Amino acid sequence: MAYNLTVSPDFAPDHISGWYFFNTWLQRQLDVGVHLELYDCFEQQREDIRNNKVDLIYANPYDASMLVREMGFRAIARPQARPDETVIAVHVDSPINTVEELQAGITVATTDDPDVHTMGMIMLEPADLDGSNVTTKEVDTYVIVAKNLLKGEADVGFFLKDAFDELSDLIKNQMKVLVSSQISVVHHSLLVGPTMQEFIPRLEERLFSMHKDEKGKGVLQSMNLEAWEPMSEEETEFMIDLIDTLVIE
Amino acid sequence: MSDQDTGECREVTINYFDGTSRVATIVDREVPYPDGKLIVSRTDSKGIITHANQAFVDMSGYTRDELIGVNHYILRHPDMPAVAFAGLWETIEAGKKWHGYVKNLRKDGSYYWVKATVIPNIRNGKLVGYTSVRRKPSRSKIKESEELYATLM
Repeated sequence: MAYNLTVSPDFAPDHISGWYFFNTWLQRQLDVGVHLELYDCFEQQREDIRNNKVDLIYANPYDASMLVREMGFRAIARPQARPDETVIAVHVDSPINTVEELQAGITVATTDDPDVHTMGMIMLEPADLDGSNVTTKEVDTYVIVAKNLLKGEADVGFFLKDAFDELSDLIKNQMKVLVSSQISVVHHSLLVGPTMQEFIPRLEERLFSMHKDEKGKGVLQSMNLEAWEPMSEEETEFMIDLIDTLVIE
Repeated sequence: MSDQDTGECREVTINYFDGTSRVATIVDREVPYPDGKLIVSRTDSKGIITHANQAFVDMSGYTRDELIGVNHYILRHPDMPAVAFAGLWETIEAGKKWHGYVKNLRKDGSYYWVKATVIPNIRNGKLVGYTSVRRKPSRSKIKESEELYATLM
């Protein structure tokens, strides 16, 4: 029987091959078949999660809440030193220099990444902006968010900080960062579903030493990760509680 | 900076709900909320602080050791009406999420405004404490809150 691994659709496209290497590494470590299924959008992935088609997932913190509290998944690992942070940027020639200078009626370019969008909207609150007085333009990737700013088709853009940092200098130099979040405790995590609980001890043993051998280190590098760190049940619950406080109702 | 800031110092006795009180030096000077940060703390079910993130330490002016183990009301500013906190406790003790604008007192007597959200932490069906996350409020909400709270004192 093959298990299904999936990855939150907000990973950088440059690292797709890294996840295939990880899938191969995983099958060797666990000695079972694992199929990697990648999705273009969050909604399709969530539907498959609800239909029990996912056994192992590298999830964003927003989805971790549903996975743990509703689907019985357990978070076992998180990437070392890679918190999820959000950047709000404008065109470099924009007269706006602080969030507070933004006015009602602006157009925000964003993706369907729930964490980045939620945090971006929270960082607009000091300007009295919310869903009722901004126009949201949802696009597929952070590169398209940047293009919207450069072409003047949006006033501000929301980016996952990692994705922003990986944009080319040519694109980045045409943008200006208004604010970058510094939350530190919100991050992606690797979650194991109820069907794979028996593999947790071996998975933990292999994941936490993965960066110590050459092959494992190479796979991590191809995913743009340094190492996996253990994640306790209470740390997971804490992160989920924190996300709950941020959800805009 | 608030329109109400005078920079003046005054000694005020703050009475807490548990019958205790303390004399605090209050300075009418606002410390701006830092962009992009969240202040995060957790308490036990009685309001005793069990976790404080670095932004909380930085903004409160206390060390982490001074914060852990004391009641969250150490941050209560005398300009905050008791009725606001009564509403908070009534909401979270009913297991619901509370939102509100709060003027917090720093160790040095100055203050900072936050938009606060508090949620109950439920583990295995039992209440084990509360998580409070504070973020940057808008100036218009601060002004509205200043005016409202003045009428509730």
